[in-house]
Amino acid sequence: MVEINASGTYYKELNQKVREAVEKGEKEIVLKNVNGQYYIGDGLRGSSTIVIEGVPGNDLAAFMDGPTLRIKSNAQDNISNTMNSGKVIVEGNAGDVLGYGMRGGKLHIRGDVGYRVGIHMKGNKKQTPTIVVGGTAGDFFGEYMAGGVLILLGLDSTGPLVGDYLGTGMHGGTIFVRGEVDKKLCGAEVGILDLDDDDQKVLKDALTDYCKDFGLKLEDIMKKGFKKLIPVSSRPYGNLYAY
Amino acid sequence: MFKSLAPPEYLATIDREKCIRCKRCIQNCGWGVYSWGGDKILIDTFKCVKCLRCYHYCPEEAIEIKDNPTKFKQNAYWSFNNIRNIKKQAETGGIPLTGMGSDMPYPILFDNLLIDACQVTNPSIDPVREPMELRTYLGKKPSNIKVEKTKDGKLKLSEPMPPQIKLDLPIIFSPMSYGSISLNAQKVLATAAKASGIVMNTGEGGLHEDLFPYKGNIIVQVASGRFGVNPEYLNAGVAVEIKIGQGAKPGIGGHLPGEKIPLEVARTRMIPVGTDAISPAPQHDIYSIEDLRQLIYAIKETTNYKPVSVKIAAVHNVAAIASGVVRAGADIVYIDGFRGGTGAAPSIIRDHLGIPIEHALAAVDDRLRQEGIRNEASIIAAGGIRSSADVAKAIALGADAVGIGTAALITMGCTTCGKCYTGNCSWGITTQRPELTARLDPEVYAERLTNLIRAWSHELKEILGALGINSIESLRGNRERLRGVGLDSFTLDILGVKPAGR
Repeated sequence: MVEINASGTYYKELNQKVREAVEKGEKEIVLKNVNGQYYIGDGLRGSSTIVIEGVPGNDLAAFMDGPTLRIKSNAQDNISNTMNSGKVIVEGNAGDVLGYGMRGGKLHIRGDVGYRVGIHMKGNKKQTPTIVVGGTAGDFFGEYMAGGVLILLGLDSTGPLVGDYLGTGMHGGTIFVRGEVDKKLCGAEVGILDLDDDDQKVLKDALTDYCKDFGLKLEDIMKKGFKKLIPVSSRPYGNLYAY
Repeated sequence: MFKSLAPPEYLATIDREKCIRCKRCIQNCGWGVYSWGGDKILIDTFKCVKCLRCYHYCPEEAIEIKDNPTKFKQNAYWSFNNIRNIKKQAETGGIPLTGMGSDMPYPILFDNLLIDACQVTNPSIDPVREPMELRTYLGKKPSNIKVEKTKDGKLKLSEPMPPQIKLDLPIIFSPMSYGSISLNAQKVLATAAKASGIVMNTGEGGLHEDLFPYKGNIIVQVASGRFGVNPEYLNAGVAVEIKIGQGAKPGIGGHLPGEKIPLEVARTRMIPVGTDAISPAPQHDIYSIEDLRQLIYAIKETTNYKPVSVKIAAVHNVAAIASGVVRAGADIVYIDGFRGGTGAAPSIIRDHLGIPIEHALAAVDDRLRQEGIRNEASIIAAGGIRSSADVAKAIALGADAVGIGTAALITMGCTTCGKCYTGNCSWGITTQRPELTARLDPEVYAERLTNLIRAWSHELKEILGALGINSIESLRGNRERLRGVGLDSFTLDILGVKPAGR
C-alpha cells in the first residue's frame, strides 16, 4: 500500500504520481486530503485499487480501463465519463452527468445523484456497463440509453425517486427501478414491465456486488418490488424522417 | 398505397436497340431501379438518384439518365425541391433528409476571390525546378522560443516544442465515420493519407482494427455519442478531435439511420443492430467553455498530452466561440463551413443554418490575431473545398490547413447525388451492404486519391511560384495577395481583402 498526500497538489502532478504508482505495480493506493482535484484516474489502466479521502473534482475516472476507485465521501460531476472497465464506488452523493457514454465496468453510488445520469450508455455481449444508485436521481435518468444496466434504488429517501424524462430516447439496455414508476415521468420511448427470471438474475447479481461494497443486506433491498424499463422500439425515431 | 405525387427527379432510360440484356445495370444499381422482366429490363425510375453507376457499367452505352422534363411547372420562386418536399411531407409527415453539402445557390465567395501573381518587378519562381515548401505543422506554437548551445556548438531549443502534427502539404481528410462510409472507403482514406504524408480523421464511429497499421496518419474523434471511444482508441492516433458541430448541420446531433447499422458497425459502436445511432445534439458534459476545457484536459491526461483539436461549425458568432475554444486549451480549431458535407442531415438544416467558411475563417483569424492568441492554435478550414485554388485562398485568408471530404469521395466514384443517408450507395462508399462495399477496391481507389493529392500539391506549388514565394508559410494569412471581384465593401471588410484594381 502506498499513500499519496494530495494536499495543495495540482491535478497534473497528483495524477502523475498516481500513474507512476500504478505503473510500479502498487495494488493499493490511498490518496489523502483530496480537495477537488480534477481527472483522478482518467485513462488509467491496470487493476489497482485507489482509495480517495476527501472530495475529488470533476471528470473522475473518465476513460478509465480497469482500476477500482473508492471515494470515501461525496463526489462531483462527470464521473466515469466513457469509462471502459473497472469500478467506481462513491460512499456519499454524486453530481450530474455520471457515466456518460459508459461502455463497461461498474459505478456504485450509495447516495443521491443529479441530472442526466447514465446517458447514452452502451453495451454488447462482452461488456455491460452497470450503474447502481442507492438514493434518488434527477431528470433525464438514462437518456439516449443504448445498452447496459441502470438501477435506481431510492433507499432511505423521502423525496421523489426520480425526475422527469426518465429514459427519453432510450433504444437499448435496461433500467430497473425499485418501487413503482409513474408513466408520465417516462420518455415516450419507454415501456414499463414486470421482471422475468432472467431480469431477476441480472438484478440480483448486480445488487449482490453493490451490497458487498456498502455492507448492505440484499434481502432488505429486495423486500420492495422492482419495475423494468426497456425501449418499446429498437428504432424510436424511424418514422421521424422522409426519405 | 397510392402513387406518390412527388414525381421522379430523373428518368432512367434504356435504348432498347442497343441493350444486349446483359443485366449489368440490375447488378450495379444499389437502388433497385432495374429488374428483369423475362425478356427485357424493367425500370422503376422513381428510385433513380442519377448516381450514374449503371451508365458507367453499361457496355453498350444504352443507358441515359435525363432530368425529368415533366416534373413540375418551372417557377422561379417555387423550386422543384420546395414543391417536392411539401408533397413528401404531406405524404409522410417526416423531415426530408439529405446527404452531401448544401447545393443551394448562395453566393460562393471563393469564386469572387482572385490570387495575385508576379510581373516584372518581383520575379516569379519556377516550382518544377526550384525548392518549394508545403510542409505544415499543426499545433500550438510558443509565443517565443529560447535557444541554447550544446557542447558541440549546435543550437537547440531549451524548452520542448508543444506536440505538432506533421503534414507534407496543408490538407487533411475530413472526419467521416465507419458507419456513415464503408470500411473500404476509410481504408482508401487511410492508405492515401499515409502515401501522401497527411492525416485522415476517423469521425465518430471508432477505429476498426484494419486501420491500426495507419495509426501515424490518423486523428481519432470524440463526439457526443462517444462511439468507439476507449483509452486504446484515444491513444491510437496522432491527435484527438472533439467534435462540437458540423457545418452541414450546426447545432443538431448525428443520426446514422438503422439501415447503415449491420452487425459489424453495431459492434464497434456498441449499440443494437438496426437501431438508429444517435449522437445527441450537445455533448451533455459541455455547456460552456469551461466545460470544454474540462474535456480537453481529461483527454490530454488520458493521452499524455497529445494535441487536441476541436471541431466547430461556422455560425454567426464563430469568432468569439473560436477564441473561447483556443482559450479552453485546444491545439487546433477545426472550422466547418455551411457547405460542408454530411452523411445524413435534415435538408432544412443543411440548407439554412450556419455561414460560409470564407467569412468564418477570416473572422476567426482576425479575432485570434487581435487577441494575440493566433499562435496558440492552428486553424483547419473545411466545408466546400473543391480545388487547390480553394486551398490557396483559404490559406491566404488565415487557415493553417484545409479539410477535404467530398473531393476525396469523388475520387472513389461519388457523383454528389446526395443520397448518402439511404445506405444504398452504388459506388460502395456510403453504404454497409456487403455486395456494394465490395466494389470499392481500397488499393485501386487509394491510388486515385493519392493522385489527386499529388496533383493539388503540384498546383499549389505553381500558385506559390506565380506569387513569387517559395513556402506555404508565406501565404498563410497573407490577404494582401487576394483581391475581391464583385464583392460589396462590407464583405471585403470582413474578408480583409481589397477589391480588384486597388
